[in-house]
Amino acid sequence: MRRALVGATLALACGSSGTAAQETAEPELAPYVVTGDAITEPLAGRRGDAALGQQLIGERHRSLCILCHALPSGAAPLQGTLAPSLAGIGSRLTEGQIRLRIVDMKRLNPESLMPSYHARPDAVRIAPAWQGKPVLDAAEIEHLVAYLVTLKSEPVEGVSR
Amino acid sequence: MRRPAARLLVLAPLALALLAGAAQAGDIAPHERRSGSTFMAPETQAMQADDTGNPGMLWVLQGAGLWEQKAGASGRSCADCHGSAASLRGVAARYPAFDAASGKPIDLSGRIRQCRSERQGATPWPRESDEQLALTTFVAHQSRGLPITPPAEPRLDPYRETGRQLFTSRMGQLDLSCANCHDDNWNQRLAGSAVTQAHPTGYPLYRLEWQGIGSLQRRLRNCMIGVRAEPFAAGSEEFIALELYLMQRAAGMSMETPGVRP
Ligand code: HEC
Ligand code: HEC
Repeated sequence: MRRALVGATLALACGSSGTAAQETAEPELAPYVVTGDAITEPLAGRRGDAALGQQLIGERHRSLCILCHALPSGAAPLQGTLAPSLAGIGSRLTEGQIRLRIVDMKRLNPESLMPSYHARPDAVRIAPAWQGKPVLDAAEIEHLVAYLVTLKSEPVEGVSR
Repeated sequence: MRRPAARLLVLAPLALALLAGAAQAGDIAPHERRSGSTFMAPETQAMQADDTGNPGMLWVLQGAGLWEQKAGASGRSCADCHGSAASLRGVAARYPAFDAASGKPIDLSGRIRQCRSERQGATPWPRESDEQLALTTFVAHQSRGLPITPPAEPRLDPYRETGRQLFTSRMGQLDLSCANCHDDNWNQRLAGSAVTQAHPTGYPLYRLEWQGIGSLQRRLRNCMIGVRAEPFAAGSEEFIALELYLMQRAAGMSMETPGVRP
């Protein structure tokens, strides 16, 4: 309810005042276009680096991903179970679908546990150090996307090894 | 003219509460309630159960000494007024309580600080100081094994309701509520940690990660920092409201102080 209202006001504000004001107010938020359930274009027009993405996804105090998700490479007892495993995600979802899910999962499921990583924060009591900032910046999101698309499901190899 | 308006005011929070309720997976069924200790590894459970190995007992001992120690302008000890520690049995199980003088709820740590300043005429210790934690742990330990019994005090009800609202409201940069984890996902793991049901049964408790004893409010502060929210101030009305709600939610469960946690 609150979210819908906020969304409506935001849309209104963007429609009337354009992007210039938005950029000065929130330089850390890259604009993007949602098509269906995907963001097909890389944020800020730059693709990421899969190796940096693999490193970032394991940083539990920065990206936080492995607090909730399991990864194919991780040690089982240290993996989160609050969310679906990301093993094989590159076979299940397109690059653009992965991008939107990291940028703003709540657009697809308003009740989701997953934080919106690159959206205007509208939560209450945000600690001063994080106010007005997205959880991750555009380049970091692109590194994660570049890594996750490489996670293909390989059932045959998995069995033969 | 005044009536419909007044009724609207009453109904608005109700409607909000109902909306919020519908969005949640809901409360934990009474027969499913489990203390945080039941989620721990067997070695950690054994450490809590054995008084000679439970590090929290060091603070219980220190607290026993402070109980007898004369302090402040009055030159009196806690024991001079209260008598033996046995008189404290059951006290911690019914805190936070209603403080008639201030007309507000007060938690156990707050009551001890109040006794120290108003009755002993001494400077109260800071909430997270070793002395304050030791005395609070000593007092709470006297209720070990007793069921949590929140007072049926109607003047506490609005604060319990505030606590429930805080528990179920999303907050912080990660936009998560306590209930998102502790009501809806207590059987899951956050990385390597069991999420647990957030029952206040063991506090103050010894946490291996802290390498020391800590209060319930310190634990709540940690969870708020975890979701990147600005924590409530120590001893604030918000924290005491949350404590009241947590004790209500755990009514009937056994006190374990001093607990041990990973
Ligand atoms: C607090 C928990 C949490 C954190 C942290 C989190 N996620 Fe999620 N994520 C979820 C949940 C729950 C879902 C399931 C979809 C839903 O909620 O509707 C999900 C879904 C996804 C999906 C879609 C999975 C599928 O099979 O469709 C992707 C991709 C994803 N997350 C990536 C990430 C990445 C990358 C990060 C870190 C930058 C991350 N998540 C951090 C909880 C989390
Ligand atoms: C993202 C998940 C998450 C959120 C949100 C969260 N917590 Fe926690 N909480 C945890 C985890 C995980 C632990 C256990 C940590 C450990 O012992 O290693 C915990 C522990 C606790 C405990 C200690 C239980 C015990 O047995 O000692 C309490 C009490 C608690 N949380 C209350 C809260 C409150 C109140 C809030 C909201 C202000 C909250 N939590 C928000 C994950 C969360």
